[in-house]
Amino acid sequence: MNISYMYSLIAVVVLFLLAYVGVKLPGGEVFFGVIIPYLALIIFVLGFVNRVIDWARSPVPFRIPTTCGQQKSLPWIKSASIDNPSGTGGVIVRMILEVVFLRSLFRNTKCELKAGDKISYEWEKWLWLFSLIFHWSFFIVLFRHLRFFTEPVPACLQLLEKLDGFLQIGLPGLMLSGVALLAAVTFLFLRRILIPQVKYISLGSDYFPLFLIFGIAFTGILMRYFTKVDIVGAKAFTMGLVTLKPHITEGVGSVFYVHLFFVSVLLAYFPFSKLMHLGGIFMSPTRNLANTSRVKRHVNPWNYPVKIHTYEAYEDEFREKMIEAGLPVEKMMEPETPEEPEEKE
Amino acid sequence: MSETPKPDELFSNIDYRPPSSGWMDTPVDIKKGIYSYAGNPKSLEYVGLPFARQWNPIDEDWSLPENWKEIISKGFRERLDRFRSIKVFMDICVRCGACADKCHFFIGSGDPKNMPVLRAELLRSVYRNDFTTAGKIIGSIGKNFKKIIGARELDLQVLKEWWYYLFQCTECRRCSVFCPYGIDTAEITIMGRELLNLIGLNIDWIITPVANCYRTGNHLGIQPHAYKDMMDFFSDDIEEITGVKVEPSFNRKGAEILFVTPSGDVFADPGTYTCVGYMMLFHYLQEKYGFDITWSTYASEGGNFGFFTSHEMMKRLNAKMYAEAKRLGVKWIIGGECGHMWRVIHQYMDTMNGPADFLEEPVSPITGTKFENAKSTKMVHIAEFTADLIKHNKLELDTSRNDHLKVTYHDSCNTSRGMGLLEEPRYVIKNVCNNYYEMPVNTIREQTFCCGSGSGLNAGENMELRMQGGLPRANAVKYVHEKHGVNMLSCICAIDRAALSASVEYWVPEVEVTGVHEMVGNALILPGEHKRTTDLRSEPLPGMEDDDAE
Repeated sequence: MNISYMYSLIAVVVLFLLAYVGVKLPGGEVFFGVIIPYLALIIFVLGFVNRVIDWARSPVPFRIPTTCGQQKSLPWIKSASIDNPSGTGGVIVRMILEVVFLRSLFRNTKCELKAGDKISYEWEKWLWLFSLIFHWSFFIVLFRHLRFFTEPVPACLQLLEKLDGFLQIGLPGLMLSGVALLAAVTFLFLRRILIPQVKYISLGSDYFPLFLIFGIAFTGILMRYFTKVDIVGAKAFTMGLVTLKPHITEGVGSVFYVHLFFVSVLLAYFPFSKLMHLGGIFMSPTRNLANTSRVKRHVNPWNYPVKIHTYEAYEDEFREKMIEAGLPVEKMMEPETPEEPEEKE
Repeated sequence: MSETPKPDELFSNIDYRPPSSGWMDTPVDIKKGIYSYAGNPKSLEYVGLPFARQWNPIDEDWSLPENWKEIISKGFRERLDRFRSIKVFMDICVRCGACADKCHFFIGSGDPKNMPVLRAELLRSVYRNDFTTAGKIIGSIGKNFKKIIGARELDLQVLKEWWYYLFQCTECRRCSVFCPYGIDTAEITIMGRELLNLIGLNIDWIITPVANCYRTGNHLGIQPHAYKDMMDFFSDDIEEITGVKVEPSFNRKGAEILFVTPSGDVFADPGTYTCVGYMMLFHYLQEKYGFDITWSTYASEGGNFGFFTSHEMMKRLNAKMYAEAKRLGVKWIIGGECGHMWRVIHQYMDTMNGPADFLEEPVSPITGTKFENAKSTKMVHIAEFTADLIKHNKLELDTSRNDHLKVTYHDSCNTSRGMGLLEEPRYVIKNVCNNYYEMPVNTIREQTFCCGSGSGLNAGENMELRMQGGLPRANAVKYVHEKHGVNMLSCICAIDRAALSASVEYWVPEVEVTGVHEMVGNALILPGEHKRTTDLRSEPLPGMEDDDAE
């Protein structure tokens, strides 16, 4: 049994019970419905900003983009303006492709040893595909939830809901994004336990957010399609939160509080975890810099003078041999040749 | 030295199934054939590196300074504050595993700690423990919890693991191409090696070249007179092959251009033939167009093993290029065929040792082409320079002299992923030889595989490691050898020329290794040359097999 995912699973189950039971205790609704969400949001915002500022405090001393295509050099050679950007425009497009379409993951290959000492590298699209589904469906689900925090609900949200529920299955209509999110999380989890290498590198902190997000999606779906939460009551409650006039609405049910608690935990956990890749991707110096290091000097703020072996010291050591070999020298022979080369700052 | 297993044995030993014990519970086993010897204390002392001492990696006791943990911890903090790359890369990895099977050392060994993600986790685990809030809080609950979040304390075992695996990475950046956040293991290895150097841990194949380079101007420790001797020897070879006397100049003040190339080209076959190629090209240009270039014995190294030691050491060695250019009063610099040399020149030199305001923006004196892409650093890659010459029809070439070659091209890691020099060398090759074949698409250009011995790992005692790491590249060579009859692997890197010679000899012995400018030299028709009967290796040219070339 793998302790990494067992502990993570247990943690999420404990969190579930905490909210499920806790909300029924006196003051539980206020604690889980008002105090925790506000606290989580504050931790998330401050933590996120703090982390980004902390990263930004460290300079980028060298221009080190990973170049994934032809450089811009001679005018008749076509350069890869996106994968090896030679200007800000290219960098922006490269970053958009990376953030929105997971460009680098799209390249993924799977290496296999074949009989007769052959090695093959096949295009491996599944990780890319499910990661893309995961991020996009999560984003859509999140965006859809704005309907609980806006009055009236903006037209674009209503349109999105229409698109998301275009299958028109069941009542309330099935939202594709929720199902996709659950499926993608499941894939990402199965991948972690089924591929030996990925299992080997996976930590508790890799399983925990997966279980948590699974829990969020699961409780959400449970509420929408099965326990049929009182939507009007829920919205009254969330509008209370967002307008800073929190009040408890009766009868939204325990699952709602569990859902809210899971989201709160995810928010509070976010800044201290690998989920910070959301911010970090924008600050990755191998992706967000143009390959212009020979065109324009990149300045290192902490560049300091170093000890070097000067030409003078070099010639002093080898002068005799240089003259003998007919190599030009700065100074002709002096009577004494220093044994140790002199060095200067 | 240990016995290196036979190729089929090595191949069939590759097992991608990770061990049953977790990586934190699997203690490091420093194996013969994989590790490189410790740095010679004299070399460390020569360049003023701390804690120079005799130590042996397979000994229990590494004679570490008493406060080594403190030194590492302080050094780690400093580097987090100086490099955003390392700070961000420590924090944002999600362990998706996309990098895992991209590393040539993992592909060739199956050792899970050679998965880039795990190599980085070796450092990250200590980072989490020492520098993150979560690590400190959760770590205080108990050791088991620490493990779940991937944190651990730095102890001697961890340190040994760092040393062992950081010298099993060639900083090739292939993983960084596939990482969705661009996490670059090269950065992590560079930083890790810097930390190790703070307590005197290095390998001799890096630190002795560094000391040599510091003193004599080149890694091989060739003194000025010997350097000139070697070149004279090449001049004699050229005269024998072509009948033309070539006279390169050295340390000449007032030359228009300074030429810097890795010393491996002057010293080790088959790089020497590439060097001969440069000499012939420069002579040709001098005769035809009055080209004015000088070599330097002081800046006689393009490569930079300082890069494999620390940022500071890289700067100390690199400084000679600009210093020599300034002293000689040249206008700009051309650099020879070398991989990591060009990463340093392209991405670091101007920042470290610039601005080169005493030089002029490079303009080819022959074609008038302005090398706009090098206008600040003022250093042009010879493949860029030669491609431009060929494009402008400035070279007279007899490509049939390369007809005995079926050529493929190996992109160097550094020039492809740290620069993007992909088309220039291909253009040159296709114009000097008639039979050219690309290796499979997942093994070239930005996805190219390392030779397996880069970043200072080209030693003799770690041959098994080198052959493991060299497998993916050699395997692709084998593919084109079997499919198209390729018999020549060309490259633009001195380390490649040495390393690939060994790995190709081991995996695909029918194929030889060449530099691009060797093929240029072979095809180039020198003014006044006699009928050539042999190539630059003194082997008969196609159709001349029966002629006895004295």
